[in-house]
Amino acid sequence: MSCVISLTDIRRVFIMGDQQFEALKGVSFDISAGEFVAIMGASGSGKSTCMNVLGCLDRPTSGRYLLDGLDVGGIGANELADIRNKKLGFVFQGFNLLARTPAVENVELPLIYAGLGSRERRKQALIAMEQVGLAGKENNHPSQLSGGQQQRVAIARALVNNPAVILADEPTGNLDSSTSEEIMNLFTTLNRQGITIIMVTHEHDVAAYAGRQITFRDGRIISDSLTTATV
Amino acid sequence: MDFIQTLKIALRALRTNKMRSFLTMLGIIIGIAAVIAMMAVGSGASYVISQQIASIGSNIILVIPGSTTSGGLRTGSGGAQTLSSDDARSIGTDCPSVAYAAGTVRASGQIISGNMNWSSVIMGGTPELFEIREWPVVSGRAITQQDEDGAIKVCLLGQTVAENLFGSADPVGSIVRIKKIPFTVIGILERKGQSPQGQDQDDAVFVPLRTAQRNLVRSQRTGIVSAIIVKAKSEELIDKAESEIQMLLNQRHRINATKEPDFTTRNLSEILAVAEQSAKAMSLLLGAVASISLIVGGIGIMNIMLVSVTERTREIGIRMAIGAKKNDILLQFMTEAVLLTMLGGLIGIALGAGGATGVSRFLGWPTMISIQSITIAFLFSAAVGIFFGFYPAKKAAGLNPIDALRYE
Repeated sequence: MSCVISLTDIRRVFIMGDQQFEALKGVSFDISAGEFVAIMGASGSGKSTCMNVLGCLDRPTSGRYLLDGLDVGGIGANELADIRNKKLGFVFQGFNLLARTPAVENVELPLIYAGLGSRERRKQALIAMEQVGLAGKENNHPSQLSGGQQQRVAIARALVNNPAVILADEPTGNLDSSTSEEIMNLFTTLNRQGITIIMVTHEHDVAAYAGRQITFRDGRIISDSLTTATV
Repeated sequence: MDFIQTLKIALRALRTNKMRSFLTMLGIIIGIAAVIAMMAVGSGASYVISQQIASIGSNIILVIPGSTTSGGLRTGSGGAQTLSSDDARSIGTDCPSVAYAAGTVRASGQIISGNMNWSSVIMGGTPELFEIREWPVVSGRAITQQDEDGAIKVCLLGQTVAENLFGSADPVGSIVRIKKIPFTVIGILERKGQSPQGQDQDDAVFVPLRTAQRNLVRSQRTGIVSAIIVKAKSEELIDKAESEIQMLLNQRHRINATKEPDFTTRNLSEILAVAEQSAKAMSLLLGAVASISLIVGGIGIMNIMLVSVTERTREIGIRMAIGAKKNDILLQFMTEAVLLTMLGGLIGIALGAGGATGVSRFLGWPTMISIQSITIAFLFSAAVGIFFGFYPAKKAAGLNPIDALRYE
């Protein structure tokens, strides 16, 4: 399978005053298209920093990051914004939808920045909403939706640009267990349709949905294993 | 991202906080309304002054007698009876830069027509007077040289006098008594309106100079005039005409180094030009004072935009994470600020124009709203938005997406 993400010896050093803190101490891994990867680790293990680097929100201090064949290092802020827009889809723990904005317009948001016309935007947004099982909820505002539904809107927003990878940061952190299961089943379904998903979590039962688990500790990968068990 | 989309997003943001948007706009509304109203009042005043200048006639020099000393008491200027009809005639013929010169006398008295009577100013003047003042008759005929030479008892009525004595009837051909002497009304003068000093110029009766000198005014010698009114050939020649007049009268009155001149010349247009200038300066000053409130309003906009950026840090983070560039964010917040000020500007223009109309209706002040002041006010309000919106927008665009997403 082709390689969607390739990290080689990624280091990220934060400088606070005269103190240095190395959050990532040389991380390397490859992720192939169609994989479902869970990144695990305690807080402070470097998994969130790694996620930020993967999401092109942060730049590594050193190392090489190839995203969909493109070397992301040394790219300008505007190009990074373009890459986030076209190649990545984000799902956050707190949903991060725009309040007082209908669901469908939330889903359209990436397409606005991609420069699509309003008719095309609406069409693709409706397709994405149907994909996550939210047909008919287009005009509801986030406050009128349940937590699970809100996260589905966020997933639709992540899907709408047909990204190379979906990055999910604790996607079930704010949900109860039955809703969590719903969302994880949705991720599994999407993954079976060929979408690459990288998910950060610290819950083992959530990580169990993924086909591969990468575990971080103190800025290093301590295990990278395929899981056979699928629920 | 296209402009329409940016505009939609900005409008939605403003609608979300209607009350706050309105209060923020209020600063601009008041500022712009004040600027518009003040400019309207100011330019109304200078318009009236320039109208009055035109009503006196252009390129006018006034020659009045100097002071006189009698029994140790000195009168003010104009007190002496030193100017004569001959002086006036000589100025008219011997000064090359002078177009016309007319001697005038002035009296006041009761004018009676049938059972109506009216107290007014009676002016005696040679026919040139009406050329100089650019004051035609609207019905009947003007005073002619024959009337003047023969000291015929004819008169022209100003509009105010005509209305008070005859109402809507046509006075031409009727007889009126001026100081008990019967005069034939030969014509009605066009309406002139107020003089720069605020007098009603239409409240006057005009008779030939010689007629007035013989019948209506008392003087020590014959042929005395109370003032000579002169029109220079052109605006450029006013100063030259003035010095020609001074030279001529010095000669005629035998003024030398030991004798004080017994006359004074005044350049009327110059005086009024100064008045017009001061009115313009006044309107500028009013505008400047009013624009201070615009700056205050602008600071209000900046304040609210800063609050808004802080409040919406998370939204900015989301937008950045899904692909908004720095410029998209900058433009979004700038658009919001400019939209606020431009909307405020439009409302302010409407209010200011309404206020100015109200002022002229209820206080009777003349006001004039120029397209120019509206355009300036509108552009200025947009500029306030750009200027005061830039810093908050820059701050929003400079946010780090990771921190913005994590902001609680």
